[in-house]
Amino acid sequence: MLRYQTQKLAYMYFVGALVLFLAQVTFGVLAGTIYVLPNLLSEVLPFHIIRMIHTNSLIVWLLMGFFGATYYLIPEEAERDIFSPLIAKLQFWLFLGAGGVAVVGYLFRIHEGREFLEQPIYVKVAIVVAVLMFLFNVSMTVLKGRKTAVNTVLLLGLWLAGIFYFFAFYNPTNLVLDKMYWWWVVHLWVEGVWELIMAAVLAYLLIKVTGVDREIIEKWLYVIVALSLFSGLLGTGHHYFWIGLPSYWLWVGSIFSTFEILPFFAMVVWAFYLLYQGGRRHENKAALLWAVGCPVMAFFGAGVWGFMHTLHPINYYTHGTQVTAAHGHLAFYGAYVMINIAVFTYAMPSLRGLMPFNQLLNMWSFWLMTSAMAFMTFTLTFAGIVQTHMQRVVGGYSYMDVQDQLALFFWMRLGSGVVVVVAAVLLVYSLLGPVREQLTAGRRVDAEPMPAE
Amino acid sequence: MADRLTRSSARNIFYGGSVFFFLVFAGLVAHSHFYAISTSIGGVQPDEAVARGKHVWERNSCINCHTILGEGAYFAPELGNVWVRYGGRDDPEGAREALIAWIQAMPTGIEGRRQMPNFNLTDQELDDLTRFFEWVSNIDTLGWPPNEAG
Repeated sequence: MLRYQTQKLAYMYFVGALVLFLAQVTFGVLAGTIYVLPNLLSEVLPFHIIRMIHTNSLIVWLLMGFFGATYYLIPEEAERDIFSPLIAKLQFWLFLGAGGVAVVGYLFRIHEGREFLEQPIYVKVAIVVAVLMFLFNVSMTVLKGRKTAVNTVLLLGLWLAGIFYFFAFYNPTNLVLDKMYWWWVVHLWVEGVWELIMAAVLAYLLIKVTGVDREIIEKWLYVIVALSLFSGLLGTGHHYFWIGLPSYWLWVGSIFSTFEILPFFAMVVWAFYLLYQGGRRHENKAALLWAVGCPVMAFFGAGVWGFMHTLHPINYYTHGTQVTAAHGHLAFYGAYVMINIAVFTYAMPSLRGLMPFNQLLNMWSFWLMTSAMAFMTFTLTFAGIVQTHMQRVVGGYSYMDVQDQLALFFWMRLGSGVVVVVAAVLLVYSLLGPVREQLTAGRRVDAEPMPAE
Repeated sequence: MADRLTRSSARNIFYGGSVFFFLVFAGLVAHSHFYAISTSIGGVQPDEAVARGKHVWERNSCINCHTILGEGAYFAPELGNVWVRYGGRDDPEGAREALIAWIQAMPTGIEGRRQMPNFNLTDQELDDLTRFFEWVSNIDTLGWPPNEAG
C-alpha cells in the first residue's frame, strides 16, 4: 500500500519514538509523585535526574517522530524514493544510541548542567552528526525530486532547527549571555522553526485527509509559517525580560509574543475550513481526530496559555512559577506530541500493510490523553495562581511555605499524569499491538465517488 | 483579500518578512550582547572563582530543581537572589558561611519535606559556588523578583 518502498524507513523511527514516549511519561509520573511524596527515591534517584530524563526523552522522541514523518512524507511529496536508505538506517541507530547513552549516563550522574542541554559533549556531537546525515539524505531526495510548499517548508524548519542547535555548544561564563543564547536553541526551536515542521506536517495530513486542492492548502501554509516567524523571532523577547537585558525587550517581547497566538489560531481555522470544504472523509478517522485536535490544543496550550502570562507587567509576577509549568505542558502536548501521534496514526496502517485498524482504541486514547492533559494544565494553573498570589503579590511567605499550600493541586496533577500514562499505553497498543478490528477494503472511501448500488 | 493572495506571493512574503524580522532580532541581540557584558553587570566581569562556581552549578545540574533568574525547574527556591535573601549585601561573610552550612546539612531527611541531595562539594567548590551566587545577585534584572522570597 506504500507508494514508495523507502517510506517504510519511517517505521523504525515511529517505534523508537513511541518507546521513548512511554519512558517520558513514566518519568513524568515519577517526578509528579515526588512532588507529593518528597522522600521517595531521594537518595537513589533524586528529582533533578528524573526531570532531566523526563524532558530529554521528550525532545528525543519528538525529533525522532519528525525524522520518521519526514521519511514517510518526503517520497510522496518529492515523487521519488529516499536518496539513501542506508544513511537513514545508520542515522536512526546513531541517534537512538546517542539518546540511550545520554539517559543511562544521567542515571549515573553523567551530565552537563544547562536545562534541556544536559547531554555530554560527545552526545551533542553524535546528535549533530545524526542530524547532518538526516538533512543531507532528505535534501538530496528533494533536490532531485518535486519541490512542493510542504517539503520546502518542512526542510527549512529542519535545517534551521539543526543550525540553531549549534548554540548549545556556546556556554559563556557570563550568565546573562549564557541565557540569552540558550534561548536561541530553546525558543527558536519550539516557538520558531519547529512550528514550520508542525505546520508542514499538518498541511500534508490535511491534503490527505480532506482531499482539498493542494494549491489552497499550500498558500495558507505560507501564511501560517509567516505569522509564526514574524511573531516568534522578536517574540523571543518575552524570555529577555528579567535576565539582565535592556528594558526595550519588555515592549518588544510583550507585543510580538502577543502575536504568537495568531499562527495557532490560523491553524485552527485552516483545519476546520478544510475539513468542511473537503468533499470526502478519509477512512482513517482516528488520524483525522488527531490532525484536527492538534491545532486546537496547540491554540490553547501554546497560544492562550502562552498569552496569559506573556505581557511583562503580568510576567513580572508569574515568571518561573507553576503557571509556566502549566503552559509548557499543554503547549508541548498540543503542538508537538499531537502532530507526531497524528502522523503515527495516519501512517501506521500503510506501514504495516493494513487498512486502518484499532480505530476505536486509538480514539479512546485521544480523548483520555487530551482530557487528562487539559486537567493537568488546569491544576498547574490554579497552583501557579495561588503561588503567584501568595509568594509574589501578597508576599511575606517563603517559597517552601507556599509550596506546602499547593499540595492538593499537586495530588490532582499526579492523578491526571497517571491517566496520561494509561492513555499512552493504550495508544502504543493500538498502533503496534495486535489488530483487533480493521476496516475492510469495501468500506474504503476513494477520491472518486462510489458507484451507486 | 485572501482570494487575491496567490501561493507564490504568500511564499515571497514569508521569505522576505522572515529575513527582515531575523535581521531586526539579530541586531537587537547584538546590542544586548554588549549591554550584557557592560551595563547589566555594572562592569563587574565574572572572575575565575565565579567561572568555577558556575561550573559547580552546572556539574550538579542545580537547575533541574531550582530556578535562577526565574528559569529552571520549579521544584526548589529561586537562587538568583539567594545571596540577597541570606543578607549577603550587608554581611557577605555571614551569608557565605550560612549558605555553605545549609548546603552541607543536606539532606535533612525530614519526612514530607522536599529533599536536596548532598553533592559532597569540596571547600573550594562551596566557596566558588557562593561567589557565583554573589556575582549573579548583582545582575540588573529590572527589579525582578518582586520580593526576597524569589
